[in-house]
Amino acid sequence: MEKNYLISAIVEHKPGVLHKIANMFSRRGFNIDSLSVGDTVGKNLARMTITIKGDEPTAEQLIRQLGKLIDVINVTTLDPQRTVERELALIKLKLSTPEDRATIMDYTNIFRGRVVDVATDSVIVEITGTPDKMNAFINLTLRFGIIEIARTGITALSRGPESIPIENKGEEKW
Amino acid sequence: MVEMSGAKALLESLKKEKATVVFGIPGGANLPIYDALVDSDIRHILCRHEQSAAHMADGFARASGRAGVCFATSGPGTTNLVTGIANAYMDSSPIVAVTGQVATPFIGKDAFQETDTIGITTPITKYNFQPRKASEIPSTIKKAFYIATTGRPGPVLVDIPKDVQSQIANIDFPEKIEIRGYKPNGVPEMESVKQSARLLSEAKKPFILAGGGVKVSNAYQSLQKLSEFLLAPVGTTFMGKGCFREDHPLSLGVVGMHGTPEANKIILETDVLFAVGVRFSDRTTGNIDEFCREAKIIHADVDAAEIGKNRIADIPIVGDADQTLQKLLESLRKRMSKRKRSEWFETIRHVREELKDNSETKETGLTPRPILKTLRRLLPRNAIVTTEVGQNQMWAGLFFESYLPRTFISSGGLGTMGFGFPASLGAKVAKPDVPVVDIAGDGSFMMTENSLGTSIVDKIPVTVIVLNNSVLGMPAQWQRFFYNRRYSAVELKRIPDLVKLAQAYGAEGVRVGSTDEFERAVKTALNSEVTTVIDVPISPEEDVLPMVPPGNGLSSTVGVA
Repeated sequence: MEKNYLISAIVEHKPGVLHKIANMFSRRGFNIDSLSVGDTVGKNLARMTITIKGDEPTAEQLIRQLGKLIDVINVTTLDPQRTVERELALIKLKLSTPEDRATIMDYTNIFRGRVVDVATDSVIVEITGTPDKMNAFINLTLRFGIIEIARTGITALSRGPESIPIENKGEEKW
Repeated sequence: MVEMSGAKALLESLKKEKATVVFGIPGGANLPIYDALVDSDIRHILCRHEQSAAHMADGFARASGRAGVCFATSGPGTTNLVTGIANAYMDSSPIVAVTGQVATPFIGKDAFQETDTIGITTPITKYNFQPRKASEIPSTIKKAFYIATTGRPGPVLVDIPKDVQSQIANIDFPEKIEIRGYKPNGVPEMESVKQSARLLSEAKKPFILAGGGVKVSNAYQSLQKLSEFLLAPVGTTFMGKGCFREDHPLSLGVVGMHGTPEANKIILETDVLFAVGVRFSDRTTGNIDEFCREAKIIHADVDAAEIGKNRIADIPIVGDADQTLQKLLESLRKRMSKRKRSEWFETIRHVREELKDNSETKETGLTPRPILKTLRRLLPRNAIVTTEVGQNQMWAGLFFESYLPRTFISSGGLGTMGFGFPASLGAKVAKPDVPVVDIAGDGSFMMTENSLGTSIVDKIPVTVIVLNNSVLGMPAQWQRFFYNRRYSAVELKRIPDLVKLAQAYGAEGVRVGSTDEFERAVKTALNSEVTTVIDVPISPEEDVLPMVPPGNGLSSTVGVA
């Protein structure tokens, strides 16, 4: 059965690592929905959040293949029930009529977003939240005319005190 | 700390890893390394093409279990290595390839002989490095050997820019290195071992499928003990050939497309399949949906990513093959005593008697079967045989019995024509006291035949047996079977006179016309100081049979005598 999977990986933060990981995805035929990378706790480490659609064997293979990469320190799936997921989007909207700006600001407030840039014919709205919320806002504002969208891709942390171990790759990975 | 060049640091680091032989070719971007070689006691073997350098390192590695080392220059030197590296990757063979790269200021500028070595080799190496400072070279080389030879072995490439090779720096040789993302300890989980023991103790028709992983972890004896304790027959994958002696009463030979009829028949009857060090390749399983459908599968492999990749396992065991086999046997001993001969054993014996290709004298003409049976009789049990790729390889798999691990060396995964001859030279360098024979076809041999130069100049005597049908035999056979005999571009028409060709290089060449002449030629070759090419003309209509046609299940074997 196809499901969405949310995968987090702690990886070496050095040149060439993203290439090695992306290469594995394309070589093994995995389709990635979104991927975000950034610094994390620990020296020279980055945290990668990957979302894929697929069945369980596919997700398991992806995790095993990721875990096999030497630059991947550890990898795990996140349980959506016990995870905080966020994405950030910057959306540039067209202002055609004088009322547009007020309406957009109303919508933005309802979605707990912020207007971060205002020009005579456009505004940029910053929205943070789950991908569903993001899509809802985009659908709502389609009628104004969207000039550009930049989305970061999902990033996520599990709730509670536990974390992905970064000291040692568990033996089950090999 | 010692002051020296990056190139010298490289050679010193290799020596610390006990790498005393290097196969390679110099060029613009690795000249500082070759300059440092002049003052080094490392033995350098000059190849005639970089593909052969990689295959020699690979043959060295497979025969010895130690990493083989090869050198090439940037650009075309490196791209020529690629086939050899991909070959080693598919067959999990530990080689360390050191390539020259254009100097760091030129990287990315499309300089002369520049190529994106890291980009090109990422999907075909276990790991690759590009040190940007001479001081990084010792730790990089140490890591390269560690990664190449541990866990599931594989090729590692170190790409060193020319200016880094000649840079003088204070060099420190680390005793220990730490790679935080790589922990290849292969201790199997006791819980899955216990579950497997229970399943195997209850099995009525257990079957062991053993692969290349058994060779890698030197699990030859543990495998035999387990098989004898359970009275379970052993079939091997093509890569596993030799990890269970093929004259053992419980040996069924190779399973798969050109497997033995007895192995392909019995494996489909099993109720519990214990697969160790295998990856369920399509050439082994045939149509995977029809493969052991009713059986419970225990899959033991050191590489966790093999679990569930091609075949879902009922019980996965991630760990080293030898440790897994030992723990499993221990666990079984607690549950049961050595299994007595049962109906299953009688079935195996019966099928073996009926189907096993035992007789040596059925044919006497110059055909692959009697040639290879004669060869087996003439060679000591520990002789090393390499093969080329194609019909010659599959005939060797079927008709040439193998008794010891690391004595049957063949390109299983990538199926690289031209592998066998340079690999035989690498194997001979690793094991100079053991006779080494390349079982070849004319098409494959012609791809790397120029390694005869290396064999003569560097005094590496091997025997090459060319089953010469003047066609690209395997494609010809497929065109015969599946394309209605419409031959397309398979006739080589004019193979050079192999006797004269060998002689032109300073090797011995002999053409034989009967099995008696063949026998004499082999005996002479085994005592020769130089490489001998034995040209054995065979019919171009000769097929490799039996065969499971591609896409079919193992039950669809055709051509059983």
